[in-house]
Amino acid sequence: MQLITWTRRAVFAAAGALLAAGTVGSLPAQAQTPPGVLVVGQIAEPKSLDPAAVTAVNDFRILMNIYDGLVRYKSGTLEVEPALAESWEISEDGTEYTFNLRDGVSFHDGTPFNAEAVVFNFERMLDEDHPYHDTGPFPLAFFFSSVDTVEAVDDLTVKFTLSAPYAPFLSNLAYPTGLIVSPAAVEQHGEDFGRNPSGTGPFHFVEWRSNEAVVVEKNADYWDGAPALEAVIYRPITDANTRVAEMLAGGIDLMVEVPPVALSEFEGDEFTVHEQSGPHVWFLILNLKEGPFAEKLVRQAANYAINKSALVNDVLEGTAEVAAGPTPPAFAWAYNEELEPYPYDPEKARELLDEAGVENPELTFYVTEGGSGMLDPVAMGTAIQADLEAVGFDVTIETYEWNTFLGEVNPGLEGKADMAEMAWMTNDPDTLPYLALRTDAWPSEGGFNSGYYSNPEVDELLEKARVSTSQEERAELYKEMQEIVQEDAPWVFVANWKQNAVTSDAVENFQLEPSFFLLLKDVVKN
Amino acid sequence: MGGYIVKRLLSAIPVLLGITVIVFLIMALIPGDPATAILGSYATPENVEKINRDLGLDKPLVARYFIWLGNMLTGDFGRSFSLNRPVIDEVLERFGATLVLAGTAFIICTIFGIIAGVISAARQYGLADKAITFAVLIGISIPSFFLGMMMILAFAVERRWFPVSGMYAIYGGGDLADLAWHLVMPAIALAVVATGVIARLSRSAMLEVLRQDYIRTARAKGVHERRVIWTHALKAAMVSIIPVLGIQAGFVLSGAVYIEIVFQWPGVGRMLVNAILQRDILLVQGGVVFVAACYVLFNIAVDVAQSLLDPRIKT
Repeated sequence: MQLITWTRRAVFAAAGALLAAGTVGSLPAQAQTPPGVLVVGQIAEPKSLDPAAVTAVNDFRILMNIYDGLVRYKSGTLEVEPALAESWEISEDGTEYTFNLRDGVSFHDGTPFNAEAVVFNFERMLDEDHPYHDTGPFPLAFFFSSVDTVEAVDDLTVKFTLSAPYAPFLSNLAYPTGLIVSPAAVEQHGEDFGRNPSGTGPFHFVEWRSNEAVVVEKNADYWDGAPALEAVIYRPITDANTRVAEMLAGGIDLMVEVPPVALSEFEGDEFTVHEQSGPHVWFLILNLKEGPFAEKLVRQAANYAINKSALVNDVLEGTAEVAAGPTPPAFAWAYNEELEPYPYDPEKARELLDEAGVENPELTFYVTEGGSGMLDPVAMGTAIQADLEAVGFDVTIETYEWNTFLGEVNPGLEGKADMAEMAWMTNDPDTLPYLALRTDAWPSEGGFNSGYYSNPEVDELLEKARVSTSQEERAELYKEMQEIVQEDAPWVFVANWKQNAVTSDAVENFQLEPSFFLLLKDVVKN
Repeated sequence: MGGYIVKRLLSAIPVLLGITVIVFLIMALIPGDPATAILGSYATPENVEKINRDLGLDKPLVARYFIWLGNMLTGDFGRSFSLNRPVIDEVLERFGATLVLAGTAFIICTIFGIIAGVISAARQYGLADKAITFAVLIGISIPSFFLGMMMILAFAVERRWFPVSGMYAIYGGGDLADLAWHLVMPAIALAVVATGVIARLSRSAMLEVLRQDYIRTARAKGVHERRVIWTHALKAAMVSIIPVLGIQAGFVLSGAVYIEIVFQWPGVGRMLVNAILQRDILLVQGGVVFVAACYVLFNIAVDVAQSLLDPRIKT
C-alpha cells in the first residue's frame, strides 16, 4: 500500500510542477513584438549578407533592404529606374555606360558613397588580382563578365566599358549581385564581411544570431526617405509546417512561400494573402536530337496532351498560372500578349501522333525530388505522365535528388532521356532563351540547351536583341522569338509561378514585387 | 581503473580515424558537388570549375583527405562555405543547443522511464502495471516528429501556452526562464519514445532481480517493501539498466534531428541536414567527426560507470 500512496503523491507533484511551469511559462507569451518591429519568417538561414557572394532568393530578401544598387526595378515592374545612380548615358555602340552618381549618400559605417566605391565593388568581384578578391567566391560574377574596365571619371561619375554590347547589363545591375557594399567595411572585416555587412540601404545591420535571427534597424538618413518600420527581424524557419504554425500563433508577422495546401488556413480576417507572378517559368525540356521528340508534331502533341490548367489549379492549388511560351508574362515589356497557351486537347494530340506516324512512343522522363523554383515536381511529374499516357505515350519516370538531377540534365539529355523537368527564375528576358534555346548554347558549348534545340532564326533574333540598346527594339525581337519557339515547341510550356506571402492584420502597405525581392521600406506594422 | 580508462581511450583512436575516412568518402562519392549546389541552374562546367578551384576541391582525393585530417589535428576544421564562418564555431554553438535539448530529454526519459519500470515490476499484473504498459506501448509507437507537430497544434496554435519553435523568444527573451519555456515541448516530444523503452527494460530488469533469493531474505527480515524495491532491488537492476541508458542516450541524440527540424531548434542535427543538402563538405565532415567523437566518449563513460557499479566487469 505504501508504494501506491507514494506513487499518487508523485503523480500529484509532477502534475503540480507541470502546471507551475505552464503558469510561469505563459508570462513571456504576452511579450509580443511591439509596433514598428516586423518579424519575417524566412525559409532558411542566410548564407551570407555579402550581395556578391550569394545566389538564393532567401538571402536577397534581406539584402535588398540593407543595400542599394546603381539602379533598381521600378515598383511593381521589372523595368530599371535610377537608384544610387541618378542618370546614365549609353554610347552609340552600346559598349560604354557612364553613370552620374547621387551626391551626399553615405554607407552605414559613415564612409561616403562615391565613384571609387563603385570601382572597388566591381573590381573585387571581377579582378582575380584585387586584394579583396579572396573575400569570395562570387558565384554570379559572370553576370558582369562582359565588363572590361570600370573607372572613376571623377568623384561622382563612373564609366563601365564592355567588351561587347550587352543589353541585359542594366537589369543585371538591378539584381542583388550588383548591390554596392562599403569598401571600408570589406577592408575592415575581410572574409567576415558577409556577417558584418554595410551598405547604403533603408535599413542598417544590427546583429546576426546564428540560426535564430538577423536584425536590421531603420536608417533614418536614408536618401530616399526614412522607412516607416523601426526594425525588421528575419527568422529562419526551414520547415514549412512550422512556419505556418508560427504564423497562426502570431510568432511572425510576415511569411513568404506559403505551401499551397496551407493557404486555406489564412482565409480569416486576421490575415491577408498576397500573390504576385514572377519571372519564372516551369517547363519540360524535350530531347530534339533523338527519339520521338525529334519530330515537331510529336512535340506539339505533348503540348496539347498535358492538362496544364489541372496542374496549376489542382496540383499547385492555384499558386501558378499556365505558361504560354518561353518568356514569363512578368517581363511585361517583352512579353508577347498575343500568345495563347497550347489548349488541353487530347484528341488533337492523338491526331498529331497519327500524322507523325508514331505509335505508342516510349519516353524516359527525368523528374527531380525538389529544387529551386521546381514547385511540386514529383506530383507534377506523375500528373504529366498520366496525361501523356492517356494519348498513347509510354512514359517511364526516373527520379533524382536535385543536385544529381542537375548533374544529369545540364550536360544534355542525349543517350539518357527524352524529357526532363526544369524551372528558371531570371531577371532579364534575355537570360533564359539566350542560355537555353540558342544553337551556341548546346551543352557542348557550355550552355543549358540540354534538348539541342536549334533554329537559326531564333539564334539571330536573340543575338540581335542582346546587342540592341533600344528597349522597344529588343521587345519586338523577343516577341517574335516567342512566337517561333512556341510553334517549334522545343519545350512543353507548363507554368509561371506566383509567389505568395501572408501578412497579419497588423501589417500595412505591403506588396510583393515581380522580382521576388522583398522590399520593406514602406511597410507599416501597427 | 585508470589503466582501463586509458586503454578504452586508446582503442577509440582507430574508431575515430575510421569515421574520418568513412565520412570523407561519403561526401566525396555522393552525387552533386558544392559548386552545383551554389550555382543551381547556372552550373556550367566553366563556372563549376572556378568555384571548385576557389574551394580547393580541384586537388586529388587523397591529398584532400590528408590536408583535412592534418588541419583537424591542429584544431582547424576549416571554413563552412554555406555559412561563411569557421566550422568549429558553428559546430560548438550548435552542439551546445543539441546538448541542452537532448540532455533535458535524456533526464526526463531516465527519471520517468525508471520510475515507471520499477512501479510496473513492483505491481506486476496489477492495475498500475497494466496502465503503464499500455501508456508505454503508445509512447513507443508514436513517431516523435508527428507527436511534435501535434503538440505544436494543440499547445502553441490552439492554446498559446508554449512557443511554436525556436530556442529563445525572438524579441526581449534570452534568459533561463525563456529557454526553459521553449524547451518544454521539444524535450517532451523527444523523450517519449526513449521513456517507453527504458520503462520496459527497467521493468524486466527489476522482475529479474525481484526473483532473487536475497530479495526474499530482505523481505523475510522485515525490511520495508519500499526500501526493498527502491534500494536493494533497484541498485542491482541498475547494472542492466545503465547500458540501456547508454544506448538510449545515443538514440535521443540522433532522434534530436527530427525534433530540431520540427521545432526549429538550432541544433547540430538540423545543421547537418542543411549542410548535406548544400553539399557543404567541410561542415558535414567536421560536424560528423565531432558528434562521433562525443558519442564514443560517452560510451566509454557508460562502460566505466558500469564497471564501477558491477565489480564482476573486468577493469
